[in-house]
Amino acid sequence: MAVATGKSFVSRFGVHIAVLVFVAIWTIPTLGILVSSLRDKDQIVASGWWNSFASSSQTEAGRLPPATAQTQKDGKFVLEGNIFGDGAKRNISAFGVKAAAPTQYPAGSSADLGDGVTLQVNADGSFVMTSPKAFEGDRGQRLYYASSAPPKFTTDNYQTVLFSEGIGRSFMNSLTVTIPATVIPILIAAFAAYALAWMRFPGRALLIAVIIGLLVVPLQMSLIPLLKLYNGVGTFFGVPSKTYLGIWLAHTGFGLPFAIYLLRSYIAGLPREIMESARIDGASDFEIFVKIVLPLSFPVLASFAIFQFLWVWNDLLVAMVFLGTAPDQIVLTAKLNALLGSRGGNWEILTTSAFITIIVPLIVFFSLQRYFVRGLLAGSVKGG
Amino acid sequence: MAAQIFSAIFVIIIGVGGCVAYFWGANKLLDLTFPSRGVTGTAAVNNLRRQGLVRPWLFVGPALIILTIYLIYPVIATLWLSFLDRGGTSFVGLANYEWALRDPDLRHSILNNLLWLAVVPAACTFLGLIIAVLTDKIWWGTIAKSLIFLPLAISFVGASVIWKFIYEYRGEGQVQIGLLNAIIQHFGGQPQVWISLPFWNNFFLMIILIWIQTGFAMVILSSALRGIPEETLEAAVIDGANPFQIFWKIMVPQIWGTIAVVWTTITILVLKVFDIVLTMTNGQWNSQVLANLMFDWMFRGGGDFGRGATIAIIIMIAVIPIMVWNIRQANKETGGH
Repeated sequence: MAVATGKSFVSRFGVHIAVLVFVAIWTIPTLGILVSSLRDKDQIVASGWWNSFASSSQTEAGRLPPATAQTQKDGKFVLEGNIFGDGAKRNISAFGVKAAAPTQYPAGSSADLGDGVTLQVNADGSFVMTSPKAFEGDRGQRLYYASSAPPKFTTDNYQTVLFSEGIGRSFMNSLTVTIPATVIPILIAAFAAYALAWMRFPGRALLIAVIIGLLVVPLQMSLIPLLKLYNGVGTFFGVPSKTYLGIWLAHTGFGLPFAIYLLRSYIAGLPREIMESARIDGASDFEIFVKIVLPLSFPVLASFAIFQFLWVWNDLLVAMVFLGTAPDQIVLTAKLNALLGSRGGNWEILTTSAFITIIVPLIVFFSLQRYFVRGLLAGSVKGG
Repeated sequence: MAAQIFSAIFVIIIGVGGCVAYFWGANKLLDLTFPSRGVTGTAAVNNLRRQGLVRPWLFVGPALIILTIYLIYPVIATLWLSFLDRGGTSFVGLANYEWALRDPDLRHSILNNLLWLAVVPAACTFLGLIIAVLTDKIWWGTIAKSLIFLPLAISFVGASVIWKFIYEYRGEGQVQIGLLNAIIQHFGGQPQVWISLPFWNNFFLMIILIWIQTGFAMVILSSALRGIPEETLEAAVIDGANPFQIFWKIMVPQIWGTIAVVWTTITILVLKVFDIVLTMTNGQWNSQVLANLMFDWMFRGGGDFGRGATIAIIIMIAVIPIMVWNIRQANKETGGH
């Protein structure tokens, strides 16, 4: 593939640009939730995350103090103060007194409100309102202003989500589901794969065909009978039907065809001479498997482990059918799905939860990408 | 929570220990029952033969039992359940299938699934191929591939949140915090509630799956492209073929088999697509698909197992041609050696 199909500068430049565009499309969405999860929650709704390094401006409404606060100065009635009170000061760029024109006057200018009443609001929030007549009423003048706040990044969202939204607990639940469901199938599949690759017995070819067939059977075909079976077992023994043991076994079952298929095609490709010379030396199948095949198969075992880990961690359907939704069982994906319903507009909660959900797979994926790609290639290209 | 972690670790030890104990113990038992060492003559030969008959089944036994309980039995049971009523108790013949033919929701789901099938595998394969070819020509191609590959590790639910944020809608004239509407508004267009636009919303959901799966297609196709003999490409260049001719007439035909594998793999995935639709729209605004409809029927009003099973059978029927093709391919290859 080293052949240069277009040698001109323009076409090479074009390739760089095209790849850059693809990379941008594929990374920007994830970047969006990462950046948003670190932003102040008021700023997330005030400006797009791509503007998060600029000051965000927002339009707010407030009221000036009531007439009782007025003083008399030079024959005029005056109301003075700061609209931010003692709170955090922000920068005001414009103000107005009508909802339809909230930024009618630039900050620092004096607005003529009619009947000789003037209002001046400065950038720092201080205001002066003067009138030739006494102010009346116990409700102050309505005021609208556009203020800008400096960019603010915080890890508050992570604290909220982990400790009060239940994501921390779900994280533990996901680990509880994933690790056993990854480890258990490996050994079972490895023995079966060895038998199917190197032992001769009647029905072997049929078994291989069945496993390749099961490889594509949709999960949906299993759900209802297994749900009935679990409910039946639960009632019969008087135990809950939604248990961690149940989901570990379910994931083991659903992962086995691929595990056996992947391991078999690898183990079948090991050199025949090694097996035969070991056999001549008097090694039994069990010894050959444990001492020769297992160590040599490490790369493919790692590949499968990564696949199964990602698949179980990312699964929603199996978890929704075989696990409950109580805090002690709900896994991250199911929790995130529940939050989408209950916290639909709270993007600080959603983006942070989503990022926590995807961070583990991303770490696994990046650190073990080599094995992952190898498994992907072996699993889909090489025939069984 | 500590108890939960402890029990998980306990289970790993018990599970793995149990597996090891079973395989080791069963083998030991077989060796003791039919000893081949220490005996001579025909007894040893007979015992070896008996061992050879039993041992493979000890090795495949656990896998076979689990596969039977979790996949083989359920497939048959689902077929049977599709002829039963909602509780799965009395036989109703073809009533569920008659319902399936008439139900507008189901018909709509099938149409949407067909739409997904027409768009997603094609888009993933095509984009994957283009990116594989382009990244092969530049020095930072590996990094680029890694980044495009990355969404494959993200769960469908996670990806749905990511894209829901991109599609987020605020009223016209307000500050748009969703990237898509912000771009549209920036260029003077009108912001839209993308996921509730009937028909078109299907495409906005498909984009999520395409975003996830293109990396898969890219990696597989990229490795196939590397397998094309360099002489073939050089010969084409010498003969004066332009880049497009090389792509369409040399590269694509050479990796046709791999393209088929990628296409069918994604096709199966598309037939099962569930999480994205559930989290984005839950089938509202005409975006329902079979897998989500089935989930709905499994639990709606206490659950209708008969209809749920019927929908599962419909998905299965769509998969069968691919299944048959896979088994044939595999037989061809194993038949050879």
